Amino acid sequence: MALVDDLNEPISEREITRRRALLTLGGGALGVASLGGIVTLLRFMSPNVLFEPATRFKVGRVEDIPIGSVLVIPKRKIFVARNDQGCFAMSSVCTHLGCMVQHQTASKAKEEFFCPCHGSRFDFEGNVVGGPAPRPLDQVSLEIDGGELVVDIKETVPHGTVTEV
Amino acid sequence: MSETKETTLTAEREKRRGLMALLHGNRVFRSLFRHGLPDTNRNRALATFSNFFLHVQPVKVRLRAIKFTQTFYLGGLSLVCFGTLTITGILLMFYYHPSVPRAYEDMKDLQFVVSSGTFLRNLHRWSAHVMVALVFLHMVRVFFAGAYKPPREFNWVLGVILFVLTVLLSYTGYLLPWDQLAYWAVTVGANMAKAVPVMGEDIRFLMLGGTEVGENALIRFYVLHCVVLPLALTGVIALHLWRVRKDGGLHLPPLKGKGGEGDR
Repeated sequence: MALVDDLNEPISEREITRRRALLTLGGGALGVASLGGIVTLLRFMSPNVLFEPATRFKVGRVEDIPIGSVLVIPKRKIFVARNDQGCFAMSSVCTHLGCMVQHQTASKAKEEFFCPCHGSRFDFEGNVVGGPAPRPLDQVSLEIDGGELVVDIKETVPHGTVTEV
Repeated sequence: MSETKETTLTAEREKRRGLMALLHGNRVFRSLFRHGLPDTNRNRALATFSNFFLHVQPVKVRLRAIKFTQTFYLGGLSLVCFGTLTITGILLMFYYHPSVPRAYEDMKDLQFVVSSGTFLRNLHRWSAHVMVALVFLHMVRVFFAGAYKPPREFNWVLGVILFVLTVLLSYTGYLLPWDQLAYWAVTVGANMAKAVPVMGEDIRFLMLGGTEVGENALIRFYVLHCVVLPLALTGVIALHLWRVRKDGGLHLPPLKGKGGEGDR
């Protein structure tokens, strides 16, 4: 019955009975199985295919945006603007608490964008000119591919980056 | 019992008490478990009927009642199937949309895209088939054992309800893959319901939520399959198990020859 043959130890203390050994074995097997189950469950819960729109997409041709104007694409939550240096794309998600920043069509020079939630105001380049927003609007990657403007909303670029036309 | 043996037992008990005393004296522990160590008959009984998960069990079970060939554990195995179906079903629900454009594609995605999706879907499908078979065999066993006789008549009625609920679960689940098999099986089933005299047409209309198997039928079958029927089944199972105990435990044939071993 004893699995330990250390004669110096009292058997009653060191002895591993069959029941105990089987319990350990069974419990261990159950533990391993549970662990495997949890890993499998987590893998199941993480989707392998997403039905979300592509993060990289075309927004139009360079000629479509005259210098000093803004192209608004509400569905993809971005603004594409053009100044004398070139084009740039900004996220329209307010840097304060994530509302949709609105483009002011009848705006004065210093208040191009306005957030309806808490009144943050941004200028043409996305700089904060008023309200609680802590930093300028996030800029996302903009490339020009054969005259087509291509935006990648997954890739943020430093504020002030301009893609030359 | 000899005096020495009794002394050893008491010593053993005292030793265990010493180790567990700290735990059992704990206020939080005592609020969870009202009884002391299960080392007396009273505490053993309390351990069973003060535990939510064990309270439907009798405190004492006759040895003959837990013998495999007495019941073939058919009822218990049906319950295990129901548990498996609940767990796998909930997991499948994470990827399934009960809508005409998505249902079939989601089912295919579960098979070919989602990790372990094939395994879970097959487990759900096979458990469903096995559950119907087990519930049926359980009924057959109870019938031939005469276990439906007084005082267990009402539990037989509950059993019939459980069988019907199991078949309905199977039937409503059949539509959800939204393939040709599902579509025509439900079309046929709905037309069978139409054969009911006088109100047949109305039954079919209510069942499908329209005149043909479409979007309304799919969402109806989905809600019935995932919410209404499982809840009903859970409730009736609870009643069924409770009745088993209240009707005097498992039905056992009388022992041959009186006064010997007794009814153990």
